[in-house]
Amino acid sequence: MDRRKSLKVMVLGTVSSGFLLDACNTSDKKPILKKAPKAGEKKHPGLMKEEVAHLEEVKSTTFFTPHEMTTITILGDIIIPKDDVSGSASDAKVPDFIEFIVKDKPEHQLPMRGGLRWLDMQCLNRYNNSFAQCNHQQQMEIVDEIAWPKKAKPEMQPGVKFFNLVRNLTATGFYTSEMGVKDVGYIGNTPNQWNGVPDDVLKQYNLAYTPKELKECISF
Amino acid sequence: MGNFQVKVQPKKYDAIIVGSGAGGGMAAYVLANAGLKVCLIEAGPNFNPAVDSKQLQNPWDSPRRGASTKYRPFGDFDGCYWGWEIDGEPYTNAKGSDWEWWRARMVGGRTNHWGRISLRFGPKDFKRRSIDGLGDDWPIGYDDVKPYYDKIDRLLGIFGTNEGLTEAPDGIFLPPPKPRLHELMIKKAATSIGIPVIPSRLSILTKKINDTRGVCFYCQQCGRSCKIFADFSSSSALILPALATGNVDLVVNAMAREVLTNKDGLATGVSYVNKEDMQEYQVMGRTVILAASACESARLLLNSKSPRHPNGLANSSDVVGKYLHDSTGADMGGIIPELFDRKRYNEDGVGGMHVYTPWWLDNKKLDFPRGYHIEYGGGFGMPLYGFQWGIENLNGTYKVKGKQKEAGGYGASLKEDYRYFFGSHVGMAGRGETVARRDNYCEIDPSVVDVYGIPVLRFHTKYSDYEIKQAKHMKETFSEILHSMGAVTTWGGDDGPENNYGLHAPGNIIHEAGTVRMGNDPKKSALNKHAQAHDCKNLFNVDGGQFVSQGDKNITWTILALSMRTSEYIVDQLKKNQI
Repeated sequence: MDRRKSLKVMVLGTVSSGFLLDACNTSDKKPILKKAPKAGEKKHPGLMKEEVAHLEEVKSTTFFTPHEMTTITILGDIIIPKDDVSGSASDAKVPDFIEFIVKDKPEHQLPMRGGLRWLDMQCLNRYNNSFAQCNHQQQMEIVDEIAWPKKAKPEMQPGVKFFNLVRNLTATGFYTSEMGVKDVGYIGNTPNQWNGVPDDVLKQYNLAYTPKELKECISF
Repeated sequence: MGNFQVKVQPKKYDAIIVGSGAGGGMAAYVLANAGLKVCLIEAGPNFNPAVDSKQLQNPWDSPRRGASTKYRPFGDFDGCYWGWEIDGEPYTNAKGSDWEWWRARMVGGRTNHWGRISLRFGPKDFKRRSIDGLGDDWPIGYDDVKPYYDKIDRLLGIFGTNEGLTEAPDGIFLPPPKPRLHELMIKKAATSIGIPVIPSRLSILTKKINDTRGVCFYCQQCGRSCKIFADFSSSSALILPALATGNVDLVVNAMAREVLTNKDGLATGVSYVNKEDMQEYQVMGRTVILAASACESARLLLNSKSPRHPNGLANSSDVVGKYLHDSTGADMGGIIPELFDRKRYNEDGVGGMHVYTPWWLDNKKLDFPRGYHIEYGGGFGMPLYGFQWGIENLNGTYKVKGKQKEAGGYGASLKEDYRYFFGSHVGMAGRGETVARRDNYCEIDPSVVDVYGIPVLRFHTKYSDYEIKQAKHMKETFSEILHSMGAVTTWGGDDGPENNYGLHAPGNIIHEAGTVRMGNDPKKSALNKHAQAHDCKNLFNVDGGQFVSQGDKNITWTILALSMRTSEYIVDQLKKNQI
């Protein structure tokens, strides 16, 4: 960080803040800020070298077998299917996320691997097939025995625990994808000017800003 | 080790500063602007928020969707390198002790990700012993520090409102943002049961203050460190301007090993190991300023033994490492059924809360001696790893669009539930004052070294009834507020005496202080009222180490004010050749 570079940063700071006001009035909301990291010319800007090494190590290994991935994909699309609002878990590449996250958070590895095998053994005993090879009706029969924690039979508890984990991992993967963020209606993460709760919302909840707040708080 | 040798830098500096966080950044800024030559040593790599921050990245830009790692315990987008553990740099706890130590390793230190909650201490915060007989008074008072609070308000920028509260003193504030929806609900509910809720005081720029800093554009991501410098980080607001003077040599990846002293016992410089080439270096200067964090500064002093300072540097009083204390913390959260199925709009706002509750009661009428403030959270946050995790505990409990459903489930109906509950959560966190005690301390572990061969710290900390009863009171208050706003507690409501009412382990709130405390009596303190070592006049401490106590306020704004005060003293003393 030499002097020349720090001055450049300062200039950028000034230009950017001016730009942001304009950005709010245009349809293209991509801020100029995102261009700033290019100055670094690093493959992973902002990452410590230890983080880069960890990331590369995680990416270089494969955890789930193709059969396990098939099962995860089927389960994911049962949990998050395509509907009127958005696509399915596999449309949002949730299985890839689950493959990554169990390597990044190894505490999920045993419950996932063991749960997948438990599910296959249940299906093998009942239908003489693995879960993935069962027909849709059979798959839904077994899913219905593990998807409802409060009414599941005691002997199905390992399955309930497993399905809870798959539901949570699938949902977290889906709602943090571009498609899922749009579905759930998070519309932040963009330069804007916070001018308070919209009037119609205030009215809906029978709330109002006090004169003191209106006087003291920043308004746009 | 045939070629093992210590490389001594030929340049002699006016000051060697160890650590580039709030205290070190401010010292570098003041000294460099006064024309002094500074060597700033930082144990981590460089970090420039304009380039290195992950601000405005989307959840899917992170392969782990923002989940935490040991490199970033507060999540993949967070602006702090390392945290609860650092590869190669252990620390230990004595039996029965459970200190949790957060350590940042980067230019700017933990200011790159902190909450920007910038609270002045009140007059009573400096004189607690005179009030309740516990702990000790500071050798200085609010009037000594007020001019510096005023200066940093102007220099660094802070929003808030002047409320005329003696113990939450007025400042020079930029306008705060308006409360969000859940914050209006909290305010209405809390004030109806006598708990005040006022605009928060955060060091975020809602107006332009100078040409080097941008203005907030309300993305809620101060925790990632702002690319346009609209929040206060030492890296952006102090280090970069200090470097721009040309008076500062910044040495990164430099782990300080020892403060060097001469036969007269005066500090002559600092030795460090360069983490990149693993070579040993020494830099020499007229003064040494420690700002490595309260515990790292204590460690450095305790590891700097010499014939003149056999008990460690600046430690003839034997208080270095003692009186270690953190803010207390206890939390609770719930959902607000009234907010189910909310209308969507962008309510990101600034990073953190728009309102908070300063301490409002009189401890003389309570069974615990010190107060706490309350921080609030909630609303539409960016979906990240863990988004609505555990929905099976929620969606069978409440009707969704008028329909009672079975818990758990899957399919289109489940997707409806995620939409329905989004944005209805609320949380609150108490942050209070611990009584600083001599028997809560850190010392050098006699048998453990880090990967650089530097002896590490061993902690001895335990909370007393004072803190436990305070946590109980926090929990009761949170329950009342949640109940009063029609919210239902979903977490943190089951704590009791068996787990100290959910009181976080000491260190967990990341406000370490007290280990190199100041005082008028050299037998009971390491530093005088200028944060100058009693035993070594050209040695100073400007991080949380110097604190006698830390009030029910977060400590950063006071670290900055005191560092500026001490730095001005150093400039004056150096110019007069007094040190």
